[in-house]
Amino acid sequence: MMTRAHPLCSSIVRKGVVGVTGGLLILFVLGHMAGNLLIFLPPEAINGYAEFLHEAGHGTLIWVARAGLILLFAVHLGVTIALKYENKKARPIGYAAHDPQVSGWASRHMLLTGIVVFLFLIYHILHFTLGLTDSSARWRTLVEGPSRPHYVDVHSMVVYGFRDPYIASFYILCQVVLGLHLWHGGSSLFQSLGINRGPWRAFTACVGPVVAVVVVAGNCSIPLAIQAGRIPARIDLISAKAAIEAEKGPKPPMPVPGASDINKAVPGH
Amino acid sequence: MKLHLKVWRQAGPQDAGRFENHTVEGVTPDMSFLEMLDVLNNKLLAQGKPTIAFDHDCREGICGSCSMMINGRAHGPTRGTTCQTYMRNFTDGQTVVIEPWRARAFPVMCDLVVDRSAFDRIQQAGGYVSVNTGGAPDGNCLPVPKDNAEKAMDAAQCIGCGACVAACKNASAMLFVAAKVSHLGLLPQGQPERSRRVLAMVAKMDEEGFGNCTNQYECEAVCPKAISADFIARMNRDQIGSTLIPAE
Repeated sequence: MMTRAHPLCSSIVRKGVVGVTGGLLILFVLGHMAGNLLIFLPPEAINGYAEFLHEAGHGTLIWVARAGLILLFAVHLGVTIALKYENKKARPIGYAAHDPQVSGWASRHMLLTGIVVFLFLIYHILHFTLGLTDSSARWRTLVEGPSRPHYVDVHSMVVYGFRDPYIASFYILCQVVLGLHLWHGGSSLFQSLGINRGPWRAFTACVGPVVAVVVVAGNCSIPLAIQAGRIPARIDLISAKAAIEAEKGPKPPMPVPGASDINKAVPGH
Repeated sequence: MKLHLKVWRQAGPQDAGRFENHTVEGVTPDMSFLEMLDVLNNKLLAQGKPTIAFDHDCREGICGSCSMMINGRAHGPTRGTTCQTYMRNFTDGQTVVIEPWRARAFPVMCDLVVDRSAFDRIQQAGGYVSVNTGGAPDGNCLPVPKDNAEKAMDAAQCIGCGACVAACKNASAMLFVAAKVSHLGLLPQGQPERSRRVLAMVAKMDEEGFGNCTNQYECEAVCPKAISADFIARMNRDQIGSTLIPAE
């Protein structure tokens, strides 16, 4: 077993691992945001993009990507918690008075914001990926149905999901926390990996804040636009539900689990 | 000028410490912080009470002996060593909290005195250049680029006072170790052992129980010699490079 004395387990190398995994996760966050912003285009754009992701490599690529992301998160979080544990041990008695000179709140609370982001991520997967927390999210193959097995009506899922002001507010709040995490992390990784030198440090110091502002603005624009009624729904769920019921007749049960909740999830329709 | 002091008192390494309140009168703006403590200690001595122990030597900002946290800031409100902190930076009637450096690797020996020999052990692990004795080489035979010479001198200014450890929220010694690694690693004489040096010194730093760097640059902000955190990035490069591609 490698001890902390082994070069691969040294504090600097482990910080480098946090930096590399954090950098890759930032790239994912930016890519994910770019994909999300397709919602401002006609519905087929984001739905086609989602279908492409699910079909790429005959459906295997998305699972490779998911496995990679889970690994990145696990390593990023696991190594950080180990480092944090050592940091706590390094100062068993704190100061009665401590007056930080240059560090901001975000840089001093990276583990807290990271854990909040992680918990948000679990909710986000339950909400949109698995569709377990919001019944409207399960109304996904409503129109195309089994003819296009990888078709996910992401547009309707997101629009109806964010029509709930509580869900929209929660997402916005979590994006701000993510932004605080990226504010420090986006710049810190350049120092951890030893990329900073001379004038580069002034440049890399701006990377984190810029990434944070872009991610928060980009991701928050979606719930805000939906709350403002600027993104119309692709389908009227009430009419669609009635149409399906009319087609199928009174005998068969509802084709979509939880569809009885749809009315509650679509206020104003 | 009158000051109210809240000073950490601890009889020995194994004893539980506590804060003690003192009032010092007759403090003049041109006194150094240590001279103000001398005034207090003279008063305590006259009263037959134990004096407050603190490290000091040159009192010229050179040796790095003096070390205390003053109102939550390493060495006090101005950048410089404690001995070069003057009472003109305090106001009449102000309460001043004085604590020792807090780090597992710097155990408190008595009052404000901490054992900083962990720094010595890190130095002994690799902070040197192994050279054979003999005649002094001709200086011109070993050209050093001016930029490197200046950076090496910047790093070599580190006096090992430990303010970087004290100010870091993780009690990390990265700035100290980075300065020591870099001032030799930037010079031609330090190249043969560059890889071995950084690996050994970082391993010793970790072993001594210092925390990990989280890139907040509090160390740089309080360093009395203004050592740049760029040296930390440089050490990170050296360490990661030497780990992935061992030189020997």
